[in-house]
Parts: sequence; structure tokens; C-alpha cells
Amino acid sequence: MKIGVVVFPGSNCDHDAWYAVSENLHHRAEFIWHDSSSLSDVDAVILPGGFSYGDYLRCGAIAKFSPVMRAVKDFAQAGGLVLGICNGFQVLTEAGLLPGALVRNGNLKFVCRTVTLEVVSTDSPFTHQAKKGQALRIPVAHGEGLYMADDRTLDQLEADDRIVLRYLENPNGSMRRVAGILNEQRNVMGMMPHPERAVDPLMGSTDGLYILNSLLQSAAVSTPALATSRS
Amino acid sequence: MNTITPDVIAAHQLTPSEYEKILKLLGREPTITELGIFSVMWSEHCSYKSTRIHLKKLPTESRHVLQGPGENAGIIDIGDGLAIAFKIESHNHPSFIEPFQGAATGVGGILRDIFTMGARPIAVLDSLRFGPLDGARTADRNGRILEGVVSGIAHYGNCFGVPTVGGECMFEESYSGNPLVNVFALGIFRHNEIFYGKATGIGNPVIYVGAKTGRDGIHGASMASAEFTEESKQKRPNVQVGDPFMEKLLLEACLEAMKTGAIVGIQDMGAAGLTSSSCEMGSRAGTGVEIDLMHVPQREPGMTPYEMMLSESQERMLLVAERGREHEVYDVFKKWGLDAVQIGIVTNDGMLRVKNHGEMFAEIPNQALADQAPRYDRPHTTPLRTAPLNGPDLQSTNLQADLIALLASADICSKRWIWEQYDYQVRTNTITGPGADAAILRIKGTNTSVAMALDGNGRYCALDPREGTRLIVAECCRNLSTVGALPIATTNNLNFGNPERPEIMAQIVESIEGLSEACRFFDVPVTGGNVSLYNETLGTPIYPTPVVGIVGTLPTAPPVGLAFKHAGRSIILLGGLGDPDCHELGGTQYAKVIQKLLYGCPPKLDMDYEKRVQQTIRELVRDGIVESAHDLSDGGLAVALAECSFGDQNIGAHVDIDSHLVPELLLFHEGPSCILVSTANPQKVFEVARIQNVQAVEIGVTLESRVIVRNRGQLLIDADIAELKDSWANALQHLLHDPVLVPNA
Repeated sequence: MKIGVVVFPGSNCDHDAWYAVSENLHHRAEFIWHDSSSLSDVDAVILPGGFSYGDYLRCGAIAKFSPVMRAVKDFAQAGGLVLGICNGFQVLTEAGLLPGALVRNGNLKFVCRTVTLEVVSTDSPFTHQAKKGQALRIPVAHGEGLYMADDRTLDQLEADDRIVLRYLENPNGSMRRVAGILNEQRNVMGMMPHPERAVDPLMGSTDGLYILNSLLQSAAVSTPALATSRS
Repeated sequence: MNTITPDVIAAHQLTPSEYEKILKLLGREPTITELGIFSVMWSEHCSYKSTRIHLKKLPTESRHVLQGPGENAGIIDIGDGLAIAFKIESHNHPSFIEPFQGAATGVGGILRDIFTMGARPIAVLDSLRFGPLDGARTADRNGRILEGVVSGIAHYGNCFGVPTVGGECMFEESYSGNPLVNVFALGIFRHNEIFYGKATGIGNPVIYVGAKTGRDGIHGASMASAEFTEESKQKRPNVQVGDPFMEKLLLEACLEAMKTGAIVGIQDMGAAGLTSSSCEMGSRAGTGVEIDLMHVPQREPGMTPYEMMLSESQERMLLVAERGREHEVYDVFKKWGLDAVQIGIVTNDGMLRVKNHGEMFAEIPNQALADQAPRYDRPHTTPLRTAPLNGPDLQSTNLQADLIALLASADICSKRWIWEQYDYQVRTNTITGPGADAAILRIKGTNTSVAMALDGNGRYCALDPREGTRLIVAECCRNLSTVGALPIATTNNLNFGNPERPEIMAQIVESIEGLSEACRFFDVPVTGGNVSLYNETLGTPIYPTPVVGIVGTLPTAPPVGLAFKHAGRSIILLGGLGDPDCHELGGTQYAKVIQKLLYGCPPKLDMDYEKRVQQTIRELVRDGIVESAHDLSDGGLAVALAECSFGDQNIGAHVDIDSHLVPELLLFHEGPSCILVSTANPQKVFEVARIQNVQAVEIGVTLESRVIVRNRGQLLIDADIAELKDSWANALQHLLHDPVLVPNA
């Protein structure tokens, strides 16, 4: 099994995601350069944190036009698992793979802090190893992490059980305390907190393992539809 | 062509005698371009002309040092075939003129100093000084400068992807018109990955990489070498604009290009941009460098050779590649979407030749620029000191209120408001981040971690620059030892006023000598640093503010931390309860916050005893004998006890002391060589301390949710942790959001 970590110019948590998967969790991980038009044979994709293309204009607004995002869309449409972390979440909303938008934190300041998340849904390939209602300690580090969407979208997300993670204490003013959401097909998740920063007791928390291990286990049982799309 | 008149020379901040020296070195009149080049290379900022003869006194060698001063950064060996490069640099003047960009480009500049050596930056720390946030006429402005500086550091470091893991921030009136922004960076690499700024190999191509050259920052180096006047506000175009995204690309491209083996030398374009990089690379290799500016990527048309040579546009590097292998370098930069063009070649005659479209604009021996800058033995008398020797009598009516006032003071209060704006975790190496005695980062793939801390104390140094500097070296080493690290090497940033004033020059000389004594004694040689002079506004100098950054190593392990963890543990004060002869609080935070004065002498330091205390705590931490450790510094024992009680576990202290010291001295004296530990195994602590001949006094036990201090039965402090923590945790935010303006204060 292999996890692809997309590298945009300006990605800076790409190595952290790669390290967490390959060194902490002992699975194969490889970098996928932004101008690559194919994901080759990966079983799941991580869009890492950072400042893709400098995050000029808007976060993720330029990244959505990169060749690799075409491939990521095809991969997602075929049922492939895609996890967007922080800037990766922003890219996914800009690319239309997830609803809503991430805008500047309520207090207009960057915030780096280990926060407590509530696992709202375990019905996802990214959280099935956690318990519903479980509290996870995972760091956030972002300047534009306020999740925003219209009421209808938010209601729909709630009705569909697609709000996967919520902040217990909202660090950025996100609507309805949204920290992570799923797409309709439940194979694409975006989250502002960084699970790859919480995989080693030395760093203070290992709660990120619930997310990454869920992803790895789900990716190992890939669907036939996906296998066809990759052939 | 412009004619060189005395006015033109003066405008370039060259003295008549310096101009005479230029005439002699060239054997003719300089062109205006040459004059500009000399003015930046011979500026205080680039040439260290006032301090060079004194900096020679610093110890620079040990078995760990691979590269001492003179390169872009110092390098030390940390075992496993690995090395770290580290350095501190100031961006004081630009940060006053334009706080956000001034601080941002300060971060950018020091990061390039690290990766130009081949090292990947893994940590940034910063030492900041501002004017007071309350009670001063300029409080509002000081707050805005702080906010600008912090967001500038955050903007650059966060986007670049380097964690900002620590630092310090203090406030004094003397920094109102002259804030200090000193940025430290540290990078890691293997011994065989080290690159130097040398233009070797006659005929090799000289290649320009990175951002295009614009008109920004022209004469930044000479601006940084002059006092501030009202006109300084007109100098905004002298401040450069930073682009951290470009820097991130430049980092990745440079490190990747270095791996090709085609690069023989590389240097960033820092102060004086193209000028300093080309002549310093030539000078170090004993070669010449010939460039034609027509090849330089330019942001705007019509730039003169003078402007291009003096531009301080950011995110640019100059490199020399092996002839015939240029394309390996170009390919990498193309992949990252960056300019990389040959602008010249390495020659054999030691000259810097600058052409534009074939026409010669400058022809100067590299050595004249880099090594033959004037050196001054400026007159120095006794250090400037305005503070009285004696302070008022101690007569506190409410020690607990004093403690709360100290905890809520700008210097001591929590700096979380600042450091939460920094990504202190990116690259997932941060074992201990901001808010600790020292930051700790693991080195992946090894069992080694590096620890680092910055320390400065303008108040101590204003009272006695020599002793003050010795104290900050001791404290910085103590900070490292308290987290279990062995201090290895030092970088320093010397921030002072105008060296042409003998009483300021005396501060500089005394401070450097104190630095030298302490660094020699603690075996932490100086591998580089920065000197920032002329930190004066309208004739008022800053407090002499040397800042030291010391790095050390320790085995990778879960950190001990400063917070008490369990109730019922013994609290032991290593180093003892204070000198029976001590009778005053000179230079302390108590004097500043409660007595509102600066007087007396800084605390006395016994370096030999200090070394043994540090040896003791390192052993205790490494052997897992203590559950928490925190050194006494600003605010003394009472503040340290409170800080140890502010952990998530809400464990405080019940302290019962038997001391004849008056309560103010007992609680708030800042005597060095003291470390507070909590332990389940006090006998073991006593044992280790006894072997080192260090006092270890059991002063109490930890308990839940309160801090209680008694001396000889007298109750001095009895407070709920929450009460103390509230004032400490939220003070900075209050100060910044609700500035209290007191007219005529």
C-alpha cells in the first residue's frame, strides 16, 4: 500500500505527513510533484499543510489550477481517499471537492495551539478507529481556518453526518465549530488541525494516530471501482 | 557621471580620512558606483570597524567548533556525522521604520545565512525589545510596533516553514524610539554537505539566483549605521520587502542544487546585496569576480549600476558553479520556477569588476572592500551610567500584591499572545517550544536533540556592562542546563548606541570583555554574531543590550518541563537561598515594577559555583531524578514558584523557609545560580548536589491549587493559583488592547 503526499511549491508540512506515514506508521509514502498529471499507483492522497503558491490571492486559490489537482479530482470521483490537512483543506474547498470556504481567523491572527477536538462522526474512512464523542488533542496552526458556509450547507452537512470533527474551544471562530468535514461520498475529508503533528509521544500527543491509522486501514481495503479507475 | 564632492562623500557616511584611504587604495578617484560600493562595505554594519579589534578577544574554538566567525554562520559538530549552523542577526533600524516588513526581512536574512551554508533551517528564536506598553507617552505606538514586528516574524517564518520555538521580549523606555529585533536561526546538515561563500576556480561561472533586483533597500547597511533622526522617517524606501514564498522556493532549490555537486561556492545577498556577496566570495578565495549587470534579472527598467550594486532586494543568492556543469544548476532552479543566470566569471587577479553592457563601472581589489576596511580603536572612558548606586529602603506593605504586580508586568507576564502567532511545530521536531527555559528540538534519525535559548538583560548591562554580560551568558547556559542540555557554543548580537561617544564605546568594550570571560569559562566559544551600533534616537541611547544565543545538545527524551506535576513532592532550591550579605535589589524586576527605579549593581555572579549548579541540574534531569526544573531569573524565587505552578495540572507549592533575609530579598532577589526542582526522591538530589558541592535546600512540598510561602512562621504569600495565573496569563493582551495613557509620565 502506498500513500501519495502532494507537494505544491510552498507546501511545508509535506515532509511531516510523509514522515508520519513512513517513519511513525511504517507505510510507504511518496511525494507527488504539483505538475504531475497522474497519481500513479497510490492508494490514498494527502494534501499537506503549508502555503501553496504562497497562498497569494486566496489560500488554495492558485493550487486548484495545478495539473495534479485534475488527477486528484479524478481520483476522488473514482472513490479514492483524499485527506486535506490545513492548506490541503483550503485547496479542497477552492477546488470544489468540499463545500464552504476557509477565511481569516476571527481575531485576524495566526494561531498555533494544541486544541481539543470532538469526534462527531465515526462513519468515515478517516475516523472509524475513534469513538463517537471522543476527545482528540491535535494541534492547529493557521491564519485562515475559520470555516464558513451558508446555513443551508451547514444544515445539510449536519443532516448528512458529514461534520466529522468539531472544536471544543473554537480557536478561529469557525461556524458551528467545524474542524473537519466530508464530501457527500464520504471519501474526501478536509480538516484544519494537523494529525501528522500528533503521532509521537515526544511531541506531546498521539491522537493524530486515530485519523491516520483510520486512513491507512481504509486505504488498504480499496474498492474495485477504484482499482479499475487506476488501471 | 556624478562628481565626488565632500557633500557626496558625507552623504555616503564616509569620513574625509576614509575617503583618503579609498584614494590611496585605488590610486585614483572612485566613480560614484565605486563610492557607493565602498560606503556599504565600509559601513559599520558590514565592516565592524569600531568593534573588530575588541571582537578578537572572544574565544572562538573548541573541539566542537567546525566553523568560527567570518562565514555566513558558525558551525558546530553534534555527532552522528551531523552539524548545526546557527547565527543571530539584528534588524533593529528597519523594524522601527516599518515594523512588519522590517521584522519579516530580518527573519528572511538570517534564514538565508543558514541555508547558504547548506543547512536546512529547523528553528528560529527572537529577542525583542520595545518601549513600555503603559504609562508612557509613546505606549500606543510601542504597542503598534510590537504587533507589527510579531506579525512580520509570523508571516515570514510560518510561510517559509520554519518553527519559531522561543525567544524573549522585554520593555524599557530606552527602546521607545529604537526597538530591537534580533533573530536567531539554526539549521542542520551533514558534515559533507557544508558549503562556503568562496569564489574558487578561475573561469568558473558566477550565477545569480532567486528574486529579481529592484530599487528597494538601497543603502540599508549605511542606514543601519547611523543614528535615528526625524528624517529617518523619510527613509521608508530603504526598507526591503520580503517574500517568504520566494524564500521557501529558494531554499528548496539551493539545497537541491547543492546535491548535484556542481556548486563550488555560494553566498546570500544580504546587506549591500550584489556588492557584499561578490567581493566577499572573491576575497575569501583570493580570486577576482567580474560581472556584467546587463545579465542581472531586474524588476524595473532604467536601474543604474549604482542602484543595482546597492540594492537590498530580498531572496537572492550568488553562486559559483563548476564550469561545464552550469546546466545541472539551471535545471534545478527551473524546476522551482526561479531565475538562475550567469552574470560573470571568477578571475585570477583579485579584482571586483562591475560592467554594464560591457562598460566598466567599478574596478576595485576585493581585499580592499572586504578586508581593508578601516578599523578604529575608538576612545573609551568609563561606561555611561546614570543610575544611582543606592536604592530606597525596602518596606513592602503587601508582598502578595507585589507578586501579582510582577506577574502582570510586561517583562514577566506570559508571552503566549506573541508565540501563538508563530507556528512553533512545523517540521515536527519541537519537543519543547516557547514558554520554557530553553527550546528543545529532536534531530530525526538520531538519539540527539538540540536545545537553544536567547538571553539579554539591558538593565543589568546599564548598571554594569561587564558583569551584566557575564550574567546573561551564565543565565543562558543555565537555561540550557535546566532542560538537561550541555551548552556548546554561542552566537551574539551586540546592540549599543553610538560608538563615537567614549562612554558608549566603554560599554561596548566592557561588554565584549565580559562576554569573552564568561564564554571562555563556560566553554561556549563564540562562532559568530552581529553588531548593531548607533541605536540612539535624538541623542538618547538604548540600554547596552548584548543578546546571547547559546546552543547545546542532550539525548532525546521526554522533556522534564518547568511545571510541578504531582502534589506531595519535595521542592528543592539548588544553589541555596541567597547571600547573607546581599542587601539590595539593584537591577531587578522588583526595583523596576514595584520601586519604579533602576539603581545599584546587578546581582553578583560566582562563575565557578554557577558551573557546578549547572552540572548538578544536568545530571538530575538526565537521570530522571527531578519531575520539574526551572531556574530563578526575572522576579526571583516568588515568580519562579508561581511559574512552576501554572502548568495544566494546577499543582502549586507550600513553602516554609528558615531565612534571616528580609522578605523582599528572599522572594524577589535575582541572584544567579539558583534552580527550583520538584522531586519524589529528595535524598538523591541532595546526594548529587553534595558531590558537586552545591547547596540544595528543601523549601517545601507541592500541593494542589495554592501557592503558600512562609518564612520563620511569617506568612508572606497565600494565594490561589488561579488568581496568580490570571494576572500573568492575560496581562500582555490587556496591555495591548487597553493601553493606559498617563499624560506627562
